[in-house]
Amino acid sequence: MLELRKDIFADERDDNLKEIGKGTQRQDMLGHVTGTSTYFDDHKLQGMLHLKVVRSTHAHARLRRIDTSEAERSAGVRRIIRGSDVPRNLNTLLSLINFGKDDEPSLAVDKVRYKGEPIVAIVADSPREAYEAMAKVRIDYEPLPAVLDVEDALKPGAPVVNDTYPKNAFIYHDVYDHQKLRFGDVERGLAAADHVLEQRYQMSPIEHAPTETNGSIAAPDTNGRYIVYTSTQALFFSLDTCAKILDVPSNTFHFIGGTVGGGFGGKVDTLTEPLSILGAMLTGRPVRYLFGREEEMQYGPPRGAERIYIKDGVMRDGRIVARKIRAYFDSGAYTRLSSYAAVKCAAHLPGPYTIPNVYGDVYCVFTNRTPATAMRGFGVTAMDFAIECQMDKLAHLVGMDPMEFRILNAYRDGDMKAHRREAKNTALIECVQVAAEKAKWPIREEFKRASSRKEGGGSRAAIPPTPRESYAPATAPSQQRTTYDRAPATSREPPSPPPPPPPRPLAPSHGAARFSSVFGTRRR
Amino acid sequence: MAKTALQFQHNGRDVAIFVDGGTNLLVALRELIGDMTPKFGCGQGGCGACSILIDGELHLSCLTLAETVAGRSVETLDGIKEGPNLHPLQRAFADNFAAQCGYCTPGMLMAAKALLDRNPQPSRAAVVEAISGNICRCTGYEPIINAVLAAASGGRARA
Amino acid sequence: MSVTVRTFTSTGEAAAVLSSDRSARYLGGGTLVMRALNEGDISISTIVRASDHALTRIDATGSRIIIGAGVTFARILAERDLGFLHAAARSIGGPAVRNMGTVGGNLFASIPYGDFTVALLALDAVVSVQGGLGSRDMPIEEFLQTRERQTGTLVLSVSFQKPASADAFRYRKIARIKPKGGAVITLAAHLPVSSGRIAGARIALGSMAPTQIRARAAERALEGRTLDAATISAATAAAVEGIAPADNALASGWYRREVVGVHLRRLLSGQE
Repeated sequence: MLELRKDIFADERDDNLKEIGKGTQRQDMLGHVTGTSTYFDDHKLQGMLHLKVVRSTHAHARLRRIDTSEAERSAGVRRIIRGSDVPRNLNTLLSLINFGKDDEPSLAVDKVRYKGEPIVAIVADSPREAYEAMAKVRIDYEPLPAVLDVEDALKPGAPVVNDTYPKNAFIYHDVYDHQKLRFGDVERGLAAADHVLEQRYQMSPIEHAPTETNGSIAAPDTNGRYIVYTSTQALFFSLDTCAKILDVPSNTFHFIGGTVGGGFGGKVDTLTEPLSILGAMLTGRPVRYLFGREEEMQYGPPRGAERIYIKDGVMRDGRIVARKIRAYFDSGAYTRLSSYAAVKCAAHLPGPYTIPNVYGDVYCVFTNRTPATAMRGFGVTAMDFAIECQMDKLAHLVGMDPMEFRILNAYRDGDMKAHRREAKNTALIECVQVAAEKAKWPIREEFKRASSRKEGGGSRAAIPPTPRESYAPATAPSQQRTTYDRAPATSREPPSPPPPPPPRPLAPSHGAARFSSVFGTRRR
Repeated sequence: MAKTALQFQHNGRDVAIFVDGGTNLLVALRELIGDMTPKFGCGQGGCGACSILIDGELHLSCLTLAETVAGRSVETLDGIKEGPNLHPLQRAFADNFAAQCGYCTPGMLMAAKALLDRNPQPSRAAVVEAISGNICRCTGYEPIINAVLAAASGGRARA
Repeated sequence: MSVTVRTFTSTGEAAAVLSSDRSARYLGGGTLVMRALNEGDISISTIVRASDHALTRIDATGSRIIIGAGVTFARILAERDLGFLHAAARSIGGPAVRNMGTVGGNLFASIPYGDFTVALLALDAVVSVQGGLGSRDMPIEEFLQTRERQTGTLVLSVSFQKPASADAFRYRKIARIKPKGGAVITLAAHLPVSSGRIAGARIALGSMAPTQIRARAAERALEGRTLDAATISAATAAAVEGIAPADNALASGWYRREVVGVHLRRLLSGQE
């Protein structure tokens, strides 16, 4: 059960709240235990057809010819859908918030860029008849060299994965091929350190493996609209994506969902809805497109792989004085949400520690692998894994207890973070202390006495002089901003001396302003 | 397509349907009987979401050829309520927060029922074994195990 | 072309269809054939069933044990005389799969499945198959080597000599998930002892080659010796000879090769 340590967080929460802090029954529990919760596939519609997709057998190939003539004549086939049937056969998910360029077709036309990419959709009376027709689709591939490694993809002469981004890296604000963080002078920090440790970390893609596979059922409604039952985790996001791809007003659709059989981030990509709706539009019948388990595991989008290099400078007394990070987020063949993942990755540097010199470069890289997507803290978890492994190694290097090493370097309230924001409500020190206590891990008295509320700020609140790198002036083009955006900040920080620490607010200020990784700070 | 007539007992009620050759029992129950409680999760026997009882024994409906249940008794989650009242297992699942997304829950409940019908006072290890063919991806095995044990001890929770 | 189900009372008629129709598959417990249909295997368009009671018979009273091909793993677990096979039967699937999956079907299960067949291989089982022209008995090794062709026959039963003692037969399945999970490696050993020495050692491995295989070099290292530390070490060292493990989602071929000796040592030395 959740335990709120009042000795540490005395003023964090009112104890007289009616619901917060109390156990409460889920509103859908009765439906779950009686099996009457309605998932998208629990809708049985008259005359429903079944859609299945022919997928690429190559990681990278030109499509010389796609012959569906025999498949069209196959028993039970109602319609074959090709890329040319899709009204706007190029999209990127975050285009709904004007972030990134359209780069992914619903059905491949001239090229396939990952193994399993959809090429042809078949709508048939039964799944069996759809399978039989799939076997009759003839595709003439011209295999192309594939690049499956993030660093190889960035080398000169690497195969171009996604023509929208010919250098195999997502381009931010039309200018930058990576996310950059600069705070202090990391090279000087490394030069002054007693020890320098450079390590390479890597995390593989992870499949969400929801028990309910991705899918949707689309049906013509009585009023010229379409009802769409879907497994999506992002109902209106999916609705708007479909409206864009199918080039119709969004009020064409009535999306019904919300009861999802496990998602974990793997059901936000709107993989099935555009084709099931298009199938319903082209046949006038309800169309169901459900991923099989094999499809879900092999071609459903995973958490993206990451490769991370960390170079740290640490003093004999355990203080980390410099942290330099180069990270590559493997987006797979298309952007989906990985551009945002790389932003989060950069926003998470250098971990919850106060380090005076921080340097980070994070790339969102295209490879001929299955496109990655959201999954529980994507962009953050791999970086955390790398940083915390590194912390253990650094502690070992300087002969310190790893718990005490973390307490020593933890950020404290009032410290300046590398993103030039004041650290508030940090509590990492207390978390480590409680973890040590629960694990019966001995830490020395001075570390037991440490507090995130003491000895922060002051010189630790200073923004250190940061060397400039020459770049073209970066004014974000208007296409990259929404009307909700504030004008880009124009203030430049002084090279030296550091400004005095900002005044500490008296009342907790969380909630007053919100930081958006994509757009910056917004007032609520 | 040639169809085959099929009669069996569905939750104590006689039903008759016509099935296409090769139709599995999961499809027959969902699409022809209209019982949506067994779920499709894999079609491979790997997840247990489609678990049902045939003549009291736990089976996977997605791997059962529909016509093999001719004349037999099929029990699904739809049949375990006692009139308007929840079955003790259903109550225990609710009380112990043993469902999150709910998709594995019908299969879990049938696997648990198969156990308790045979062994009303199972050990924790027996419960783990009984639900070992059922995958929960919201990571709820502990509350599920606790719920089955609670149901077994007549609603008195035990560690 | 849709799927046709054909049910026969006699095994002969069923076998005749299997041998003459390339698209025909025999339906045992459904865990292989129904799975293939669910995944869109359109090469199957005839499902053959047989209701002959001989297929579900167990004869475990004498020294030669006969198990009908249609016997499920749950039935093996309920049979006290087959106690030495309980570990192998229990290692397969969850309870539902054990209520459905059959001994005959397991002979056709490819990696990472087919654990029970590893046990049968170590027992030098004989497989009775019925083809279009009649039935015959076939050593299990020959059956496995020609498995692709055997879908055109009907497996009737498996039979083998009952191990002389409980200690003479050992089984171990290495999986990442317990109690259920696909095999990283499956090992079975039959170590009959005559005048204190091993005579007729059989070691079978699953997931170490395209089909279940015997570890012949390890068997030779055991033959005629007592099961002491030196013998176990010699057998362990020989375990990698003749294996060709592949990569799959559960383990790499490299890993399997690295650990097969470790697990064989544990199996032979009776370690948990």
